[in-house]
Amino acid sequence: MDDTIIRVEALSKKYHLGLVRHDTLRDHLAAALRTSLRRLRGMRVPDPADFWALRDVSFDVKRGEVLGIIGRNGAGKSTLLKILSRITEPTTGRVTIRGRVASLLEVGTGFHPELTGRENIFLNGAILGMTQAEIRRKFDEIVAFAEVERFIDTPVKHYSSGMYMRLAFAVAAHLEPEILIIDEVLAVGDLPFQKKCLGKIQDVASGEGRTVLFVSHNTAAIAQLCTKGLVLQYGRVAHWGTAAQSLAYYSASFTEDSGSMNDSFRILDQRVAIADARINGSNKRSIQLPPGRDNIEMELEFTATEPLVVTLEARLLDQFGGCIAFFCPGHTDPHHNVIQVSAGRHVLAANMRLPPLHRGTYQIDLALVRPGVCYYARAENPCFLHHSGTPLPNGNVFEQSAQGAGYQVLTGAVRPRSGGTI
Amino acid sequence: MEATEPPELVIEAGRSSRHYWRDLWRYRELLFFLAWRDVKVRYKQAVLGAAWALVQPLVTMVVFTLVFGKLAGMPSGTTPYPLLVLAGLLPWQLFSGAFSGSSGSIIANANLVSKVYFPRLVVPLAALAVALIDFAVVFVMYAGFSTWFGIWPTWRLLALPAFMLVALLIALGAGLWLTALTVKYRDFRFIVPFLLQVGVFITPVGYRTDNIPNWRDLLALNPLTGVIDGFRWCLLGGDYQVSAGLMGTSLLVAALLLTTGVWFFRATERTFADII
Repeated sequence: MDDTIIRVEALSKKYHLGLVRHDTLRDHLAAALRTSLRRLRGMRVPDPADFWALRDVSFDVKRGEVLGIIGRNGAGKSTLLKILSRITEPTTGRVTIRGRVASLLEVGTGFHPELTGRENIFLNGAILGMTQAEIRRKFDEIVAFAEVERFIDTPVKHYSSGMYMRLAFAVAAHLEPEILIIDEVLAVGDLPFQKKCLGKIQDVASGEGRTVLFVSHNTAAIAQLCTKGLVLQYGRVAHWGTAAQSLAYYSASFTEDSGSMNDSFRILDQRVAIADARINGSNKRSIQLPPGRDNIEMELEFTATEPLVVTLEARLLDQFGGCIAFFCPGHTDPHHNVIQVSAGRHVLAANMRLPPLHRGTYQIDLALVRPGVCYYARAENPCFLHHSGTPLPNGNVFEQSAQGAGYQVLTGAVRPRSGGTI
Repeated sequence: MEATEPPELVIEAGRSSRHYWRDLWRYRELLFFLAWRDVKVRYKQAVLGAAWALVQPLVTMVVFTLVFGKLAGMPSGTTPYPLLVLAGLLPWQLFSGAFSGSSGSIIANANLVSKVYFPRLVVPLAALAVALIDFAVVFVMYAGFSTWFGIWPTWRLLALPAFMLVALLIALGAGLWLTALTVKYRDFRFIVPFLLQVGVFITPVGYRTDNIPNWRDLLALNPLTGVIDGFRWCLLGGDYQVSAGLMGTSLLVAALLLTTGVWFFRATERTFADII
């Protein structure tokens, strides 16, 4: 018998996008009628809202391996974990698993605020698949790990968020499955706690010889914990190899990505269409920021079918997806930064001053908005900024995510390049 | 859990049903904990605790005795009218609590459904527990009234658990239909209170069936009619008779409701996490 513990073969998962979600029976009946009428007429219309979250994904995991799954937002990581955890079904393909699986897609699933810490340990343990005897045996260990001894009989609604997270992770950390599936649970809690969690995962993986599947944006954590790496891109396997190879592939994909950022816009209001988006004059998805430069110039070219009130909004994110800075001129100064445009083609330009940044890769979100009213069009991570500032002090891998703990609001001005009046 | 070599698990479209019932059995502790949570939370947040479970049947008993017994002048045989009503309210409350609990259960536990695997049937099953606890409270009240009116239990009381089970299974059957439908179409939430409001009148809670022979066959189609007659037969003793035809029809409808409910729930539960 070979020691393959998880085998994934040609796994695909199709979703219907929100556009055609029928929340009421009436909508559903109407849509069903339309579709069947079209079918009757012999038209084959592919549903524009079909979206493949995973496409033809295949890989094997051997007993004792720690697999890191990497990919940008929307690459299909969470969908993959949901299928492996049996929460949702694949559309096609199959997975064969030999062993007891415990999955931790969220810390504290099923915690009830009215119940005490003690009661929640039992409830959460049962939800995660532990037996009552198992929980009782490990109870003291769990309480000690969470450091909540004094409050164990207090309802968790009175806990601080740190205590709550610690307790929740402690229960999960004492599971004893053959296969442990973890999704970004480390994105929460303070730094010492994150380190403790990572340490525990490392113990589980190396010391106890269990198989771990670990999804994270934290490349440092992946490098530290994982033996193998899987890079997902647009629902497909882009790379499959050792953790180091996969990480190298992943970071290279940022710099080599030469596509245009225009494709990443989602139009949320049909009255606008995005023609071009540029950062520092380039519409590439990857932009190098020279050292010493503390601002970026954003331009958004769009057409409006009728007169609209618009402005630009941007968010700067660290590589883990944590928001570092928020640029929302229309919110801070509604009189000066909101622009009335007529129907036609316009260019909006904004100059955003950046906060001091360490060396690394940052993501940017762009949106065309009417402040406080609606989004016309929005792009998540259309562009990656590579900043060559000073490297992080003392090589602490966790320092950087701390930047996401609080974001600052950036100032700057938005002005029309053509047409439109302020 | 078991130290044996774990079985091979295959995940494929439409395949998750292979070991469903065995899985359901393995997750019995989760069922217990979810039920325990619901009961605990219910009584933790309410200052008056069990008193709430008493107020509703007590007021309904008074109103129904006045409306059906006094105003409409319906006969109650040898049984005091309030006791007749209360013996009908017992199963009705059991049903309505279990039905509204289970029909809202999947939505109420959406966070679990979208984050953890377990046989989804655990959730509506656990929701029946609160109704059972409330039932126990009302039953104590009934025992008090029954003693006061001088009606003592007979050997027929032994059959009561069977009728309780039927009431729960009817509630589960209907609840499974509605909870599965509600996941997809939120409109179905609004049907539950409406059904209960109408149901209390088209179910012989406030009157007895043996003196309305023309309507009895029609009422038998409501599976709760059989349960209520069964309850009264068990509790009131004396002249209360059950008709075999009525009981048979009711049980048949109940069985139909339960099997279709389980079938529909099983057919749709695989997509719950995607659309909830």
